[in-house]
Amino acid sequence: MTLFLNLVFRNRLAAMGAVVITAILLLALLTPILPMHDPDVTATADRFKRPFSDGHILGTDHLGRDLLSRLLHGTRLSLAVGIAAALIAAATGATIGIVAGYFGGRIDNVIMRVVDMLMAFPYILLALAIVAALGPGLMNALIAVAAVNVPFFARNIRGITVGLAGREFIEAATLAGMGHTKIILTELLPNVLPVIVIAMSTTVGWMILETAGLSFLGLGSQPPQADLGSMLGEARSAMISHPHTSVVPGIMIFLIVMSINLLGDGVRDALDPRLRSGALSRPRATTLVDRKGPLPAPTNDLLSIRDLETQFHVGARTYKAVGGVSLAVKPGECLGVIGESGSGKSVTALSVMGLVASPPGVITSGAVYFQGEDLIGAAYETLRKKRGDRVAYIFQDPLSTLHPLYRVGHQLAEAIQSHQKVPNHKARARAIQLLKDVRIPNADSRIDDYPHEMSGGMRQRVGIAMALANDPDVIIADEPTTALDVTVQAQILSLLNDLRRDRGLAIIFITHDFGVIAQLCDRVAVMYAGRIVEEGPTQAVLDAPAHPYTKHLIACVPELGQGRRVLATIPGLPPMVDDLPLGCAFAPRCYKAQDKCREREIQLLGTKPRAVRCLFPEEPV
Amino acid sequence: MLALRVQNLSKTFPLKKPLFGAAAPGVRAVRPTSFDVARGETLGVVGESGCGKSTLARMLVGLLDPTEGSIEIEGHALNTADPSEFGKLIQYVFQDPNSSLNPRKTIRQIMEAPLKHLHKMAKPERDQRIREIFASVNLRESFLDRYPHEFSGGQAQRIGIARALAAQPRIIILDEPVSALDVSVQAQVLNLLADLKAQFGLTYLFITHDLAVVEAVSDRIVVLYFGTVVEVGRAERIFARPRHPYTKLLADCAPVVGRPLTAPEQKGSELPDPLNPPPGCAFAGRCPRTTEICWTTEPELKSMGEDQLAACHQPLED
Repeated sequence: MTLFLNLVFRNRLAAMGAVVITAILLLALLTPILPMHDPDVTATADRFKRPFSDGHILGTDHLGRDLLSRLLHGTRLSLAVGIAAALIAAATGATIGIVAGYFGGRIDNVIMRVVDMLMAFPYILLALAIVAALGPGLMNALIAVAAVNVPFFARNIRGITVGLAGREFIEAATLAGMGHTKIILTELLPNVLPVIVIAMSTTVGWMILETAGLSFLGLGSQPPQADLGSMLGEARSAMISHPHTSVVPGIMIFLIVMSINLLGDGVRDALDPRLRSGALSRPRATTLVDRKGPLPAPTNDLLSIRDLETQFHVGARTYKAVGGVSLAVKPGECLGVIGESGSGKSVTALSVMGLVASPPGVITSGAVYFQGEDLIGAAYETLRKKRGDRVAYIFQDPLSTLHPLYRVGHQLAEAIQSHQKVPNHKARARAIQLLKDVRIPNADSRIDDYPHEMSGGMRQRVGIAMALANDPDVIIADEPTTALDVTVQAQILSLLNDLRRDRGLAIIFITHDFGVIAQLCDRVAVMYAGRIVEEGPTQAVLDAPAHPYTKHLIACVPELGQGRRVLATIPGLPPMVDDLPLGCAFAPRCYKAQDKCREREIQLLGTKPRAVRCLFPEEPV
Repeated sequence: MLALRVQNLSKTFPLKKPLFGAAAPGVRAVRPTSFDVARGETLGVVGESGCGKSTLARMLVGLLDPTEGSIEIEGHALNTADPSEFGKLIQYVFQDPNSSLNPRKTIRQIMEAPLKHLHKMAKPERDQRIREIFASVNLRESFLDRYPHEFSGGQAQRIGIARALAAQPRIIILDEPVSALDVSVQAQVLNLLADLKAQFGLTYLFITHDLAVVEAVSDRIVVLYFGTVVEVGRAERIFARPRHPYTKLLADCAPVVGRPLTAPEQKGSELPDPLNPPPGCAFAGRCPRTTEICWTTEPELKSMGEDQLAACHQPLED
């Protein structure tokens, strides 16, 4: 709760709105006990007194009634009606929305078509019609305003509910023996409540305005009762001669609606999880670089990552996602990077071309040399020219990396034309050739498919074709086959293998699967908690792992053909990279850890090409 | 003694009727399927995406109504009309541990639901039972008052398993229970499942696409392809000596340390179209052993000796 208030008040405008609306609410609540004139007593002799005259701070209206008193009583009434209407509309609309969204099918269809019909009328016309049918009066105006706003809530809440109703925890509740009513009340409602609050906070002001509008037309509060709308309505005839009678309630309406809306926006920003996670703040075009100290020396490899450190700064915490990683590949070589989630393997890969989202990502140390040129400090334009041209990426999920609204041929041509000046027909011919290269059958016709018309394996082939579009020197593949079936995985892997042999591509292949590493990669680097703990030729590492973590990780993975058995496990969980222990990060889970392991940082040592970061390795390297 | 008997179970998802003309016949997600699971057995179900394994699982726990066929649990037909009855017989562990826990409920509230609604236990009894279950899945009691987002995938999956256990079911359906987990955590959960099975005398239906995992945990394995069973056999034999060419293809494709990289299948073959299923064997388009009969007649599941069955006109020999 305090966190919520902090979030709201960090927004200055929302804080201002909160102060103003609180003051107005307090005044409205205290109105009956304040020493003031009776708002309804007329004194025609005192009519149209100017503000700041004796006894009437805000003057009097056309019947000589005290304006201050009428204003406060009117505010009280307007607020009460507006808030009541909002509550009624929210309760009714949310009920309709939840029922329609949860049950779906025919019930949903019938309810939502009725709601659509309500929405088809201009709202003021509908409100007028309702008041005309029920007769004028404040209560009827309230009903009309609430009814007009029900569709807004119903549609909003239904949308959220449909998404939630398909979630697995609802099915789990069914299996736990809960009935529909119980599920709606205890499983769904707590999840849609924030949305209801957000929708209400942004519409209360609007409903106060609508009520005032009806009263202004004489359909709401009836004389002599004052609400802000009717005060305006009565002052209309004297607007030119005695403007203060309309300015006073006008300012009050302005203050109420403005402050409620500002506060409502603040509440929404604080409650909306997408805004809270910062997902709507646009990342920069390249990762922020903040390096101190001298750069490591360049090497003569095609691509070499030297002592790379990438961190995420979130609030007061620093997540050391990559803590000093060095890797290198030569042409035609395939380097495997293996590790569990959170080991920093993907962040390492994204850092190469400055693709880590900033904020919160920052590269704090190290360098990435591509043919001797440092990419980390490079200007955006240099990086943009190399991205996809010299160094290309293949990502895990081809469905989220391909644009759903463009045909794959268009997207391939775009990838080509952003780096080479070629006419459209040539780009298209090249795109077809690329699809043939990745062995998509009927490439000539499939080039005009949309991504959703292709299977997962086909889409991933398009992803690979796109990575190959400009004949890059290096491909960084981040779990490219994890989402695919085994038969498709086998095809994609052999495709990548052929490509590197035919074109001399260097591949950095990120995965968590030892079987894949063993089949495809020449060398392997094992990552744990943001660092490389072991590296060497694949066969040597798999046959005789030197780091206890590597050894256990290999033992954990069931392998086909070994039959039924108890699997080896590693006790505990990987550490969080915002709170790494001193010394070896694996020590808390290691069976041979000693005090020495926790004293100081451990170096990656060994005779080339093997190295291990362990004081007591399983095998000498 | 049979724990579960499935006979001719099938599911067809109807397609929307077009404005003009008759409705299309619908997508047959699961074609008539029969199998038995003995009490205390772990039956593995493998298949690639779209083969109908999740549809099958959801029918078994009553989340989906079958189009045809029957499900019997320990000799009694499954009645899905009353959720508080079948919930005590069969439970489900979901693939994604985080989305199967309500984000706005504490773990205690989540754990209490099956005890309260299925077993009508009183508060002190429930607390006692939750303590017992948490002890058996190696979770700390201090977790009970926390919310799901505070847990890692492995812990959340153990909570999901604990919830299924709370219902005291006879059978648990495990739908890809470890595929969202890291390998080091995956092994912990698999071993835990094996311990629990022995401790509570459970029967498992273990659904996965990972051949190595299913082989390591199952007694028998069912291979699904295109909504139908193509092969059934003992776990230790089925991938070593497959009879159906599809099972062999799966086994050959699984990446294994020490085996050279090959693409066992000829290039460019694609799955059959569920909207327009081919006549005959659904695998014929990808099969290297097809003869004329494969393109015209759907093969039946036949015994291939030693409790191995395969649906193939041209089965592989030893």
